[in-house]
Amino acid sequence: MSEAREFKYIGQRTIRPDGYDKVTGRANYGADLSLPGMIWGKILRSPHAHANIKNIDLSKAQAHPDVLAIATYQDFPHVQSEAFQAGEVPTDIIDLARNVLADDKVLYHGHAIAAIAARSESAAQDALSLIEVEYEVLPPVMDVADAMKPEAAVLHNNMFTQGLAEPADKASNIASRMELKKGDVAAGFALADLVVERDFYTPTVHQGYIEPHATTVRFEENGQAMVWCSTQGHFDVRASTAKLLNMPLGKLKVVASEIGGGFGGKTTVYLEPVALILSRKSGKPVKMVMTRDEVFRASGPGSATRSHVKIGAMKDGTITAMQASLCFEAGAFKGSPMGPGCMTVFTPYDVENMYIEGYDVVVNKPKVAAYRAPGAPQAEFAAEMVINEIASKLGIDPIELRLRNAAKEGTQTVYGPKLKRVGLVECLEAAKNSPQYQSALKANQGRGLAAGFWFNIGGLSSVTINMNPDGSGTILEGSPDIGGSRASMQMMAAEELGIPIDQLKPLVADTEHVAYNATTGGSRTTFATGMAVIEAAQDVVRQLKERAAAVWNITAEQVDWADGVAINTTGDDRLTVAEICKDAEKTGGQIAGTGNINARGAGPSFAVHLCDVEVDPDTGKVDVIRYTAIQDAGKAIHPSYVEGQYQGGAAQGIGWALNEEYIYNKDGIMENAGFLDYRIPLASDLPMIETVIIEIPNSFHPFGVRGVGETGIVPPLAAVATAVSEAIGVVMTDLPCSPPRVLAAIHGKS
Amino acid sequence: MVSVVYKAPDSIQAAISILSEAEIATKILAGGTDLLIQMQGLVNESRLFVDIKKIPEMMQATLGDQGLDLGPSMCCAEFTAREDIRAVYPGLVEAAFLIGSTQVQGRASVGGNLCNSSPAADTIPALMVNAAICVIAGVKGERSVSVEEFVTGVGTNCMEKGELLKLIQLPRPAKNTSDAYLRFIPRTEMDIAVAGAAVSVTLDDEGVCTAARVSIGAVAPTALLVQEAADALIGTKLDDKALQAAGDAASAAASPITDRRGTVEYRRHVVGVLTKRAAQIAATRARGN
Ligand SMILES: Cc1cc2nc3c(=O)[nH]c(=O)nc-3n(C[C@H](O)[C@H](O)[C@H](O)COP(=O)(O)OP(=O)(O)OC[C@H]3O[C@@H](n4cnc5c(N)ncnc54)[C@H](O)[C@@H]3O)c2cc1C
Repeated sequence: MSEAREFKYIGQRTIRPDGYDKVTGRANYGADLSLPGMIWGKILRSPHAHANIKNIDLSKAQAHPDVLAIATYQDFPHVQSEAFQAGEVPTDIIDLARNVLADDKVLYHGHAIAAIAARSESAAQDALSLIEVEYEVLPPVMDVADAMKPEAAVLHNNMFTQGLAEPADKASNIASRMELKKGDVAAGFALADLVVERDFYTPTVHQGYIEPHATTVRFEENGQAMVWCSTQGHFDVRASTAKLLNMPLGKLKVVASEIGGGFGGKTTVYLEPVALILSRKSGKPVKMVMTRDEVFRASGPGSATRSHVKIGAMKDGTITAMQASLCFEAGAFKGSPMGPGCMTVFTPYDVENMYIEGYDVVVNKPKVAAYRAPGAPQAEFAAEMVINEIASKLGIDPIELRLRNAAKEGTQTVYGPKLKRVGLVECLEAAKNSPQYQSALKANQGRGLAAGFWFNIGGLSSVTINMNPDGSGTILEGSPDIGGSRASMQMMAAEELGIPIDQLKPLVADTEHVAYNATTGGSRTTFATGMAVIEAAQDVVRQLKERAAAVWNITAEQVDWADGVAINTTGDDRLTVAEICKDAEKTGGQIAGTGNINARGAGPSFAVHLCDVEVDPDTGKVDVIRYTAIQDAGKAIHPSYVEGQYQGGAAQGIGWALNEEYIYNKDGIMENAGFLDYRIPLASDLPMIETVIIEIPNSFHPFGVRGVGETGIVPPLAAVATAVSEAIGVVMTDLPCSPPRVLAAIHGKS
Repeated sequence: MVSVVYKAPDSIQAAISILSEAEIATKILAGGTDLLIQMQGLVNESRLFVDIKKIPEMMQATLGDQGLDLGPSMCCAEFTAREDIRAVYPGLVEAAFLIGSTQVQGRASVGGNLCNSSPAADTIPALMVNAAICVIAGVKGERSVSVEEFVTGVGTNCMEKGELLKLIQLPRPAKNTSDAYLRFIPRTEMDIAVAGAAVSVTLDDEGVCTAARVSIGAVAPTALLVQEAADALIGTKLDDKALQAAGDAASAAASPITDRRGTVEYRRHVVGVLTKRAAQIAATRARGN
């Protein structure tokens, strides 16, 4: 990292390259591809939350004149249990198969059982009613606490808890237990003047991306297949689908469409393998599009959790011990983000004694998927609520309490590494100096503050930059753009090459036009794919210098490079990028650069959020009246999109805190599978979210970038719930703080 | 999927003959903001849609000395833009203004809201406190019923096959009368009422309430006219005690259910709060008249 580097393009607010297509409606999303001869696929879904499938009779559906193919679990080639990671959350391939199409058991309302492809969408829909399924209905297990009881109905009779001191001798709903510790919590609590402990609950929530899952596929005679879909990671769609269908990777091409939101929810497969089976059986291209109802019931929401947090502190605010027990719902199959929950829960604090245990528990709800900083919002909510209560009980300002215990360079994390240079202290200072923190509150108003941490990741990225004869270029990357990343790639390449950004066109290439790229997730793209872009641009510059050297008959070492111009250090000749590219054929052929990396050194991002609310004491309704999000970006490549990430994270977190929840009836059927009653915040519900970008460079990235996509959803849960607690004088431990719950808390007080 | 036969007559007479002669299930189409959503998910069925928006008198509103003659299908956007109507019936106009969003109001109508007869319909309590009359036309001629008689249950009303709602009539309010409507939703818009309350009050020259009507929504199978709440207001100067008593009477009259939008206890409590607040607003407006 060159400290003194002056940037020409980095830090500007340029127009995003995908903007025109999006505002004119020209952009093609998951449901926008239609092919000649295409037919439609629809899925039959379970009407029960938990049942054995005794029999499936397809004969009537098969006899329907418009039905061309039917798929069930039996159509998967023999799949065997095997740990498998594609996308963000580790899974077992057999669980993935049984989630995509149920085997002998349905595990949630909406679980896919069979799929029909027919000549029209309506014919496919109508024919579903001809499939006859015989069920043996079982009691639904709908809450992590119930699921963990010894007498609970067991979802998988072959699942034995991993991670116990003694191997489990009985199948249960607890997939695994993990433990993290440092120091001695008992000794730490003994030193404390004040110990606060509480139970917390967070509900099942959905990412709420606006675009439903959609795919169009074509299985060809020669065994070659194409999948077009809306995904955060087309290479991992290829990996999962090929694995499920036992296909060589080279036979399967996956094209990522434009994507209408993902937030972690589009990092696995639901429709793609099913559509391919239908296409193979019918010999026709097949299109499948989920309804909103299906998205809620059968894609992967975020885990509901129950947790217990206990923290001890001395009178001066020094925290002496932190302890947590975190129970995460995984949904129907193991694999909740319990691990990252345990790792993040106390990471904003430099405290000697910590003990954390986590449980990954299956319940009769859809299998969870990643959701923005998976596991961290739920875990850190509980920790931050207790920290705020300690501040209030000790009479210490919540910022001062955090400054006294803040994680910083050299802090030993509970999960392994020591932190490098991080920006938590700077975020806290900025919060203290913010206009919002200085402002006064009125009656029925409350203020909440919370910190948040997320690791961020690196991983595999590959980029090719092809230069054109006129000196312009195309950036071929493989990271689906869910947050404006194409603009950042364009800017980073322009900075490195020294040519104007509009000379460079960034494209998200399909699986056949660029090498493997890990899924867009873990806030990795601007960091890792950005690094690959920089490397590819440096490769281009190296070649440009060689070509200039060839023209001038000198060695490449005798050529300098500045601002997009090659300089002859032995004379005063100059050649621009355009001039070198124009004559490339005479100096050795066209110019293309590549960057292939496994990025290491992702920089963690800390945030501090401030929330002011006003509560109507007669109805329990909460209005967020002011909100400031402060976060360390390392270096903001495109500040508008960094601010957009902060605001988006805050908005989603506010929704999680105030109104969002899956509401189930006693039979385990979700009652609010639509945006009318699953209440995400509307534009009119929120104030303009103020943002502060802190820039503490990440020394592992040439420009200092840290990922910014996820941390922003971590603090809002506790910031909002604390503000509500302050306004009404009752600690809100259960989310969401919906009007009935807030009113009950107010009434319970008197 | 549903297959649709579409007809758009240009007179009430023509509409009635189509409706009475229809051989397949028939639906009257106003703005369609309820109807089209209800048609989703129907499998292999056919429907006759009779679009009534081409009938001029269905789309007009006339305010005169006798009161308001409201064409039931006038869209809410047009209705709520009518300053003359807002000056006389501010509560009804604010109820219409709450429906959906700007886009939805470009189609949705007060008549559609009434005929859909949802317990949570926003305009129904406001129509009730204004003593609105529904004029129903059919092959056998016309008949008039009050809104209380019109709505018979959850999604049901007193209209029979071949009939349509032709006109909504509101009497001109007495001097020093005004109304107000409030609903509770957890967000700011695009939601269905958890509870709603409309209040109309008439004051004498001393500021004493001489007449009142109170109607509550979303807390019973149909919107309810609550006489006990009105009685708590009549004869008072609408002081805090009277408003509280009206609120308590509204809570007592409510018989809500627990569902995804609210619990019994919550709805019962909030409908009292809304009644009190709506009475307060109506009183302020009446004093200013
Ligand atoms: C996004 C959205 C938000 C909404 N928000 C609200 C809200 O906040 N509050 C609320 O109360 N409602 C709300 N609604 C429901 C709906 O918009 C209203 O009920 C609206 O007033 C219906 O009017 P319409 O003209 O669209 O009726 P339509 O859908 O055309 O008709 C509704 C019913 O009435 C019948 N009908 C209509 N006119 C007549 C007539 N003249 N004679 C006989 N029968 C007739 C139809 O056959 C149908 O059964 C919302 C709907 C949507 C889609």
